[in-house]
This record gives sequence, C-alpha cells and structure tokens, in this order.
Amino acid sequence: MRNAWTICRRELYSYFVSPIAWVLLTVFAFLGGYFTYAASAFFVKDSLESQMMGQGFPMSINDRIVVPVLSNIAVIALFLIPLLAMRLFAEEKRQGTIELLTTSPVHDLEIILGKWLSAVLMYGALLVLLFADFTFLFIYGSPDWKPVALGFLGLLLQGASILSLCTFISTLTKNQIVAAAVGFALSLILFVLSWATAFESSAVSQVLSYISIVSHFDSFSRGVLDSKDIVFYLSMIFFGLFLTARSLESLRWRA
Amino acid sequence: MIQVEGLTKRYARHVAVDNISFAVDKGDIVGFLGPNGAGKTTTMRVLTCFMPPTAGKATVAGYDVFEKPMEVKKRIGYLPETPPVYPEMETGDYLEFVGRLKGIPTGDLKRRVSEVSERCAIADVQKKLIGKLSKGYRQRVGLAQAIIHNPDVLILDEPTSGLDPKQIIETRELIKNLAGEHTIILSTHILSEVEAVCQKVIIISKGKVVATDTVEHLTHRMRGTDTVALEVETDGVAGQSDVLQRLEQVPGVSKVLFRNAADHKLTFEIESLPGQSARPDVARAVVNSGWSLLEMRSLNYSLEEVFLQLTGAEASVPALEPQAVGGEQ
Repeated sequence: MRNAWTICRRELYSYFVSPIAWVLLTVFAFLGGYFTYAASAFFVKDSLESQMMGQGFPMSINDRIVVPVLSNIAVIALFLIPLLAMRLFAEEKRQGTIELLTTSPVHDLEIILGKWLSAVLMYGALLVLLFADFTFLFIYGSPDWKPVALGFLGLLLQGASILSLCTFISTLTKNQIVAAAVGFALSLILFVLSWATAFESSAVSQVLSYISIVSHFDSFSRGVLDSKDIVFYLSMIFFGLFLTARSLESLRWRA
Repeated sequence: MIQVEGLTKRYARHVAVDNISFAVDKGDIVGFLGPNGAGKTTTMRVLTCFMPPTAGKATVAGYDVFEKPMEVKKRIGYLPETPPVYPEMETGDYLEFVGRLKGIPTGDLKRRVSEVSERCAIADVQKKLIGKLSKGYRQRVGLAQAIIHNPDVLILDEPTSGLDPKQIIETRELIKNLAGEHTIILSTHILSEVEAVCQKVIIISKGKVVATDTVEHLTHRMRGTDTVALEVETDGVAGQSDVLQRLEQVPGVSKVLFRNAADHKLTFEIESLPGQSARPDVARAVVNSGWSLLEMRSLNYSLEEVFLQLTGAEASVPALEPQAVGGEQ
C-alpha cells in the first residue's frame, strides 16, 4: 500500500498546483459560509420573535441550523464532486502518463485506491472549511455535537461514494470536460431518484428511492447512525472502485 | 535477456503485430526499425506489460510478461514515445515519485535521483516545472525516469523524435553510454540512428519481422559482391559497346551494366565475382586502353536502401529469413 500512498500524495500535489483545488475551496467556503450565515440569521430572528410573543421555549440549533445547512451542502456537493474526480484518469490518459503507472511495478488496485483516496481527502478539506463555520455555533450556542459529527461523517461517506463512481467515469474518456459532464448527469439522477416515492409507493419506486444517494444522508444529519445507510455507502464505494478496476483492465486489452 | 515467440497482437479491426519472433542478448543495443505503423510501439507495449498479447509468448529476464508482469516491470525501464511526465511537477519531485513507484527504498531515493540527473544532464533543472522545460530536456527527464531503478532492460520508443540535431546527438551519446549495464531496445524510423547507435537491428514491416541481423552484416548480405560505379572518358574513337566489351574481359568481373553517357564520359556499374574484387584490374584495363579513369567508387548499399528493399519488396530477398539476433539469453 506504500504505492497507493505515493500516488495519493502526487495527486494531492497536482490538485494544489492546479487552480481546481483553490477554485473549489473558494466556492465551498463562500457557499458554506453563506448557508450557515443565512440559517443562523433566520434562527436569531425567529428566536427573538418567539421570545417577544412570549413563547419561551428554547429553539433547537440542531433542528434549525445544522440539519438544513448540512442537507443543502449534501445536495450542492453532488455537483462539485464531479469536478474533483474528472481529472483522475482522464488527464493521465491524455498526457500519456498512464503508461508510466501501468508499466511500473504497481498493482491496479493501488493506483485506483491512491487516486480515489486523494479525491476523498480533497473533499475532506472542503468539509473542514464548512466545519470552520460550524465552530461559531459551538462558540455562541450549545448544539448537540453528535448529530453534527454524524452529519459530517454522512457527508464524507456520501462524497466518497460519488467520488468512486466519478473515478470510474474518468477512466472512460481522455477528456476531463466529458468526465465532469457525465459525472454531473449521474449525480443528478442519483439525486432525483429520491423523489420516486413522492408520488407513488410501488416496489420499483421504493428500490429507486433506496438507490438515491441523498435519501441515505438524512438520518446522519438527524444524529441517527443507521447501519443500513453505512452499508449502502460502503457498497456504493466498493461498486464504483470495482467498476474502475474493470475499466482499467479493459483499457489494457483494448489500448 | 528478451525472448519473443510467435507474438501476435490483434485489434478489433486489424492485426498490429503478426506472429513475430526474435531474441535479444544481454548487453546488446538493438534497433527496432520500421516505417510508421509497422507495429514497433505495439511490440514494445507488450514487452513492458502495458498490454497483453493476443497470442504468443514474450519473456523478459526469464519472466513471462503475461504471467509474471510484476517481476518484468521491476526489471524494465520504459520511455514511451511521449515522455510520461507531469507538466505541473518539478523535475526532482517527479523523479522521486517515479523512484518510489519503482520500489527504490526511501533511503536511497535522493542519491539515485541525483545520480540519474547527473547522468542525463538534467541536474540544473531539478527545481524547474517540467512543463516549462524544452523538448530536449523533457526527453532526458523521460530517460532519467526510465533508468532510475537501474533496470536490466531499457525500452525506448523513438527516443530522438522531435528533437533538434544537437539534442539528437546528445541523446544518442547518452544511450550509447547506457549500453553495457543495460540491454537496450530502441525503436526508430530513422535509419542513420540505427547505424549510429545499435549493434543489431530488427526490421519490422506491416507487423512482421523482415530481417534480423547486425548492421554490417545486413548491408553486406544485401549485396554479397563488391560493386563499383565507374566513370570513363574515352578518346572519342571507342564507343560505348567497345568499352563494355573490354570491361567484361577483365578477370574477376561478373557483370557490367551501362548506366549513362554524356559527351565521351561513360558510366558503368561493375559487379565482381563473389569473394573477389576486380577493382585493380578494371583500373589497369581502362588506363591501358588509353582512356581516362575519371571516377571509381564503391556501391555498397546503405541501410536506407536495404530498408526500402526489405519493407517494399519482401519477396525479392528470400535469402534473408528472420533469425535470432543472438543465442539464448
């Protein structure tokens, strides 16, 4: 696994010397900051009003700020993630550096894990920015920390599963834009599948809804650790990485 | 060191490499020669385990490329046609990265990087982004990455393509210096490169090996006899047929061909009998007949002509069966 770590480090290096990492960090910092600010502002206004109306009961920071912000970010992340994974293999194929990797004494699995891990760490860095916003909630209020921690874990798992699928998409093309576009489309489909149960509750729509990545996130932000959701995300990650491995192998036979 | 038997690589629509066999001895520099699209890169990609063969067998240092790719990869340094470099990395960082991938222990890494950098004359650009380097430098970074783990076998795909003449000479010198420690296969479509660098040559055309031999042997075998071009100025009395007749009578001459005539200057092509050289006698005969000998020059086939003949009209050289460059590894 030393090789996977070597490849992962090189990928992180490439993220940060290219504009993509900085652009995403900036966008994410701005969006995360704005959402947290907006939710907090509403919270402050609402709690002032309720106090003036004489309804003294304390409002929950978790329910009014943490859950909506994390849910919003979970959806936004769906559309930022393809940008993180688009270059992983597409760029190597375009530059011809894929020949270096596949003719070095390194297993395909190490290449795939290294690349995927670098994208997950990069996504983790985005979440750290969001967490910086949340520290204000802990300074000026006292939200329950468990749903916050689980919410971030959920975000990370959700991101890691989409990243594994987008890593696979990146092996299919030499063109980063194509990889990103297909990634977007896939993310969008996985997102709207969650609406399937909204208008009917047949077995098919139940299955579709289960496949939707977003529907598994909600329990995390509510502070519920459901093994069903963890299994879902882990199997999604495995499925994506498995497809990547197959695709990389078929690349050799077709190349 | 390298053994290839009946190697075939078929793509969906065409056969890139068709049942080729050859062997390369330890320490040799072998030129892999052929027109564009002949199957050179495909063969190299099979040898480097980049892609598996459709049929046939290839072993490097005793390991099969299909069954033991990890062992083969450890022993091979490969420079693809475009150097596999990351433009956003600094040269030194890049070489360290490749060194790690190739399994060099962390403790030796710095030392190996500075050694190969010295060797490939890129020590002065360690802190530069590879994307900012000139093509010649980038090619040498590519070479450095291929030799960083001190592999037994070096496979270089058109190492001088796209370089300027000075860089070409430098790169060839570098490759020659690497010989001895490494067994080298280099592909090219530039014939002078093979003459300048390689001891042995494998000529490949349309996916088939058409000749395998040493460079001198090949040019010699193409024309086993000594052939000269002769230019004679006659006194004006003797005609073309007189001179032809006189030359045919010279002992040791097997064939005389008339080539050209301008004023009284006649040009002939004279072939000696196998194993002999009729040149001194031809010269004497011309002078004794009272004509002037203007020019006599040897007509040995250059590798260019050999190459064209082999790749263009394979059927006309039945004497050149594909054969192993050397013996067993």
